Amino acid sequence: MSSLTMRPCGDFRTSYKQDNTIFETKTIRWVTIFTIIALCFAPLLVDGYFITLLIQISYLGIAALGLNILVGYTGQISLGHGAFFGFGAFASAWLNTSFHIPVFLCIPLAGFLTMGVGMMFGAPAARIKGLYLAIATLASQFIIEDFFARAEWFSGGAAGSMANPINLFGFAFDTDESFYYIALFALVFMFIWGCNLMRSRDGRAFVAVRDHYLSAEIMGVKLNKYRLLSFGISSFYAGIGGALYAHYLGYVSAEGFTIMMSIQFLAMIIIGGLGSIKGTLMGVIFMVFLPEVLESGVGLMKMTDWGNIPMVIDGLAYIKEMAIGLVIIGFLIFEPEGLAHRWTQIKNYWKFYPFAY
Amino acid sequence: MNFELLIQLIVNGLIVGLLYGVIGMCFVLVYKSTQIVNFAQGEFLLIGAWVCWASLIYLELPFFLGFLLSLVFMAGFGVLLQMVVLRPMIGEPIISVIMVTIGLSIFFQSLMKWIFGVAPQSYPKVFDNESISIFGLNVEMAYLMSTVIALIIMVAFYLFFKHSKHGLAMRATAFDQQASQSLGISVKHVFAMSWGIAATVSATAGIVLGMVNGVSDSLSIMGIKVFPAVILGGLDSIVGAIVGGLIIGVLENVAEFFDSQYLHIGNMYDIAPFYVLLIILWFKPYGLFGTRDIERI
Repeated sequence: MSSLTMRPCGDFRTSYKQDNTIFETKTIRWVTIFTIIALCFAPLLVDGYFITLLIQISYLGIAALGLNILVGYTGQISLGHGAFFGFGAFASAWLNTSFHIPVFLCIPLAGFLTMGVGMMFGAPAARIKGLYLAIATLASQFIIEDFFARAEWFSGGAAGSMANPINLFGFAFDTDESFYYIALFALVFMFIWGCNLMRSRDGRAFVAVRDHYLSAEIMGVKLNKYRLLSFGISSFYAGIGGALYAHYLGYVSAEGFTIMMSIQFLAMIIIGGLGSIKGTLMGVIFMVFLPEVLESGVGLMKMTDWGNIPMVIDGLAYIKEMAIGLVIIGFLIFEPEGLAHRWTQIKNYWKFYPFAY
Repeated sequence: MNFELLIQLIVNGLIVGLLYGVIGMCFVLVYKSTQIVNFAQGEFLLIGAWVCWASLIYLELPFFLGFLLSLVFMAGFGVLLQMVVLRPMIGEPIISVIMVTIGLSIFFQSLMKWIFGVAPQSYPKVFDNESISIFGLNVEMAYLMSTVIALIIMVAFYLFFKHSKHGLAMRATAFDQQASQSLGISVKHVFAMSWGIAATVSATAGIVLGMVNGVSDSLSIMGIKVFPAVILGGLDSIVGAIVGGLIIGVLENVAEFFDSQYLHIGNMYDIAPFYVLLIILWFKPYGLFGTRDIERI
């Protein structure tokens, strides 16, 4: 899929090192760096509600990147990502309240715990693939969800569990603005790590397993190892995202981590583009803003004479769910490569204008 | 040990298991002929049941007519769905196909919630007496009807695939799409037909279940509960779906019984089939009757 990204004319590579850079061109590197710097000043520029959305994008983005490594790069299917996200959230809260481990250590530890659980449930991946794997992970989603409701020592059962805010050197990150920097740091760190992973030997092995697993095996790529490793890394990302979510909200309850959440994660990576790190972020932004846009759209309709239909206004929750379903179907039929592909096309259109070839 | 309760539960399990078998058959039918895993199977039950309910309440049709009307509607709906949404998906990777049916499932589930609300609604009374006793066991009339209907559907499936021209065409397509196309079978029609049949038969199961428990969006869970049954039986075996359905139906009731009597873990009725599912996938991924995938290089 990387062949889709077109390079500007005259940008030739003469060594492997150049081919392996994280940023394809200097412009992309500078744009990324400036975007990150601009995001650092976001709390000064935009209002508080927008910051909460950005935080949401961060923790969901980390988890979605994990899923994209599994689905987009390794070609495995997981319908249980929402449950792993939830496991990370509970695990971090549990480690903090039961063992009094400081929160900033709990988050990576929760990631590793989730990694263990993910590898346990991903173990059938060594034997089965495709459809059967999808159904196996569906089963794990229900089993983990059931575990949340049952294991009171771990998750607080039906009551849920409290999570303390992140506390670093006596400074508590308990406001939206302060937590925003933690979330931004985690997002950038995890995405750079993801980019790095994909240009390492392991990353190339993942892609080989996806593209043709028999050839990969003949080339000496250990299938079982990499399938399992991919599950582990994906769950690790989900765990980190979940832990951030827990310490941001301060309260975790089992109701949120249903199959619907797993489907939303899948929707994010499909909309963004399977096997594209940039696309993952685009998909997450799309999915976070979709309900907001719908809500404000209905809010605007409410103010007009013709649009004040009680059925539409009361059914907003259902309309949001329907929109998710519709968006998934629409993208798969009309733009199966996702937003990342569309972005490349738009860029090329401007670059080559007025000669489209 | 309470034997009477156990036997009652096993009988209930067999009755529900037959319905799982019927839904599983539709699932296998779609999978075999179109290579699509239908995660929206549960929504077929849901839509069928709601359409029947609406025709009984709003149009005030007699039960039999409303039943037929909803079956006709569902046949058209299934065919339309295949033509509009699933035909562009032919040849796409498996993740896309799975996600499209999941998208359909979310869409129709929330559409039904939006139109009909979340509260369960019950059908007008169909039978005069609620339950009859057979050999000392209390059997609800609706359950008896569901058993009869399930058996009729199974026999009809058998006759259709064994003796009709369309059934033969479908079997041929399932066996080898290209060869059957070159022999003059319209694969497009076969695909549309299999979705139509699956939607109709699932709707029947949905209406029967709706008569027992009332219609609500919990009907769509049946679409997910059918996975353990079809995996146990083997994903591409119609006989396997029936056997798997019966086993899972009995198993969840027995698990519930042992749980309520001895173990007290709770929620076993819903979760036990999924443990079984994982165990099967671990030890025998192709189920009892499924064909093993053999890949050539």
